[in-house]
Amino acid sequence: MRNPLSKKIVEIQPSGIRKFFDVANEMKDAISLGVGEPDFDTPWRIREEGIFSLEKGKTFYTSNAGLKELREEICRYLERKIHVSYDPVKETLITVGGSEAIDIGLRCMLDPGDEVLIPQPSYVSYLPCTVMADGIPVIVPLQYENEFKLTVEDLEKYITPKTKVLIMPFPNNPTGAIMTREDLEPVAEFIKEHDLYVMSDEIYSELTYNTEHVSIASLPGMRERTLVINGFSKGFAMTGWRLGYCCGPEVLIEQMTKLHQFAIMCAPTTSQYAAVEGLRNCDEEVTEMRKSYDQRRRFLMHEFTRMGLECFEPFGAFYVFPSIREFRMSSEEFATRLLEEEKVAVVPGTAFGECGEGFLRISYAYSLEDLKEALGRLGRFIQRIRDEHE
Amino acid sequence: MNEKKEALRIEILKYIEKHSRVELGELAVLLGVEETDVVNEMAEMEKEKIICGYHTLIDWDKAGVEMVTALIEVRVTPQRDRGFDRIAERLYNYPEVYAVYLISGSYDLLVTLEGKTLKEVSRFVSEKLSPLDGVLSTATHFILKKYKDHGTIMVTKKESERIPVTL
Repeated sequence: MRNPLSKKIVEIQPSGIRKFFDVANEMKDAISLGVGEPDFDTPWRIREEGIFSLEKGKTFYTSNAGLKELREEICRYLERKIHVSYDPVKETLITVGGSEAIDIGLRCMLDPGDEVLIPQPSYVSYLPCTVMADGIPVIVPLQYENEFKLTVEDLEKYITPKTKVLIMPFPNNPTGAIMTREDLEPVAEFIKEHDLYVMSDEIYSELTYNTEHVSIASLPGMRERTLVINGFSKGFAMTGWRLGYCCGPEVLIEQMTKLHQFAIMCAPTTSQYAAVEGLRNCDEEVTEMRKSYDQRRRFLMHEFTRMGLECFEPFGAFYVFPSIREFRMSSEEFATRLLEEEKVAVVPGTAFGECGEGFLRISYAYSLEDLKEALGRLGRFIQRIRDEHE
Repeated sequence: MNEKKEALRIEILKYIEKHSRVELGELAVLLGVEETDVVNEMAEMEKEKIICGYHTLIDWDKAGVEMVTALIEVRVTPQRDRGFDRIAERLYNYPEVYAVYLISGSYDLLVTLEGKTLKEVSRFVSEKLSPLDGVLSTATHFILKKYKDHGTIMVTKKESERIPVTL
């Protein structure tokens, strides 16, 4: 019988630390700090609106690009939040989570051999999506010394005449790093100089602390070369609803809508009605969740300082990314031992690229009580390793 | 009061409204301020009676203690110069009276009462409340089940269904 599989899909490597994940997910009594989604339930008024739409029998497909009223609300929201205005009809597409937008966006932008600059550590889907779109992923390792921000010096090492797209994964999963306007300005100049396109994954934009989120699309001359991807999963605590969106140049959105139509039809109808309510009436709930994450973030930083664990202060998402280089073991080894000896699950930095070696991703999408218990155990573990090394 | 102080006070109040037992050092970390600022503001707000107490929300049902809560609507004749205040005072001084509110609408005072038995509550209504000068009528409602109290859902909450490790 013929092999049903394409070479392309077989060659894509599964996450190297899958074994660790399987063990962690099986260990029922472990405390996990490994989750990549909010601990809050979706705000009730959003859920209620979803229920109401079902009661009214709104169970059909929406238009391919998504409900017009939702697209209009999204454009108003983006105008308010990132100060960029998009046309809800021609420049906006509702997708199945931000992840679909990453996938179809790359497939619509790349020709075989086009290179995509992917800063790492970062979310795991940019690379395989690039490969499936026949692009060539080029990893740009970010530096701890720069607090994992992207700099022009980083880019200069990897740019070639074939480079077409730059992924901008900020606020960043797993590092928590953000890019301020000052950080973005030189990068934007570099992008224009080299005539690149940007895929800006801003899914964590609502979770920015101490400052306002800045989108690279809002910088002069960047709107027409940026695809902004966002969604409801993180800021609105709606992961299971699978709802994201993207805004960008009409030519790109038009082709993405075509692909989306063939592959997906439309994003879930119930989720779309619920999201309209989220954008109209949930500012306060979103703010409260952000405040709560911010408190936990401060708590973690404080605890790390106390236990002498090296960590830069991140101002985005709900992750901290402490360094474990002093313990002279790999991230995976550290995480495995922590899980076995203290029953605390964290994610090795290497899950997000090789340059995550020497770091751990710790999620603070947990109650303060859970965080306290887990950090108590982490502190004990660290002390034990330090004693071993003496 | 300057804006920063005002903002800090509100942040403190919002937090301790739900977590009154928080250690002040920890609260300072959570809010990103100095511990002395938190300590000082708390002391001032206690003195100013902005903070009126640190109470505990108890599910007496679960504790196995019989407790009857009644909501009593009271219609009264307001008095010249003193409005409803005098009659409210007569009521709120009873220890079994849990709360007294002046209410807009078809009645005037809402009194909540906690008693050990139905009998105890009805005795209060017939012997103390109804005969009071100025009380025109009362309507007593007994609480059958507390679903949510003081902003807290009292029925058991579901376990988290999140997958422990996701990227």
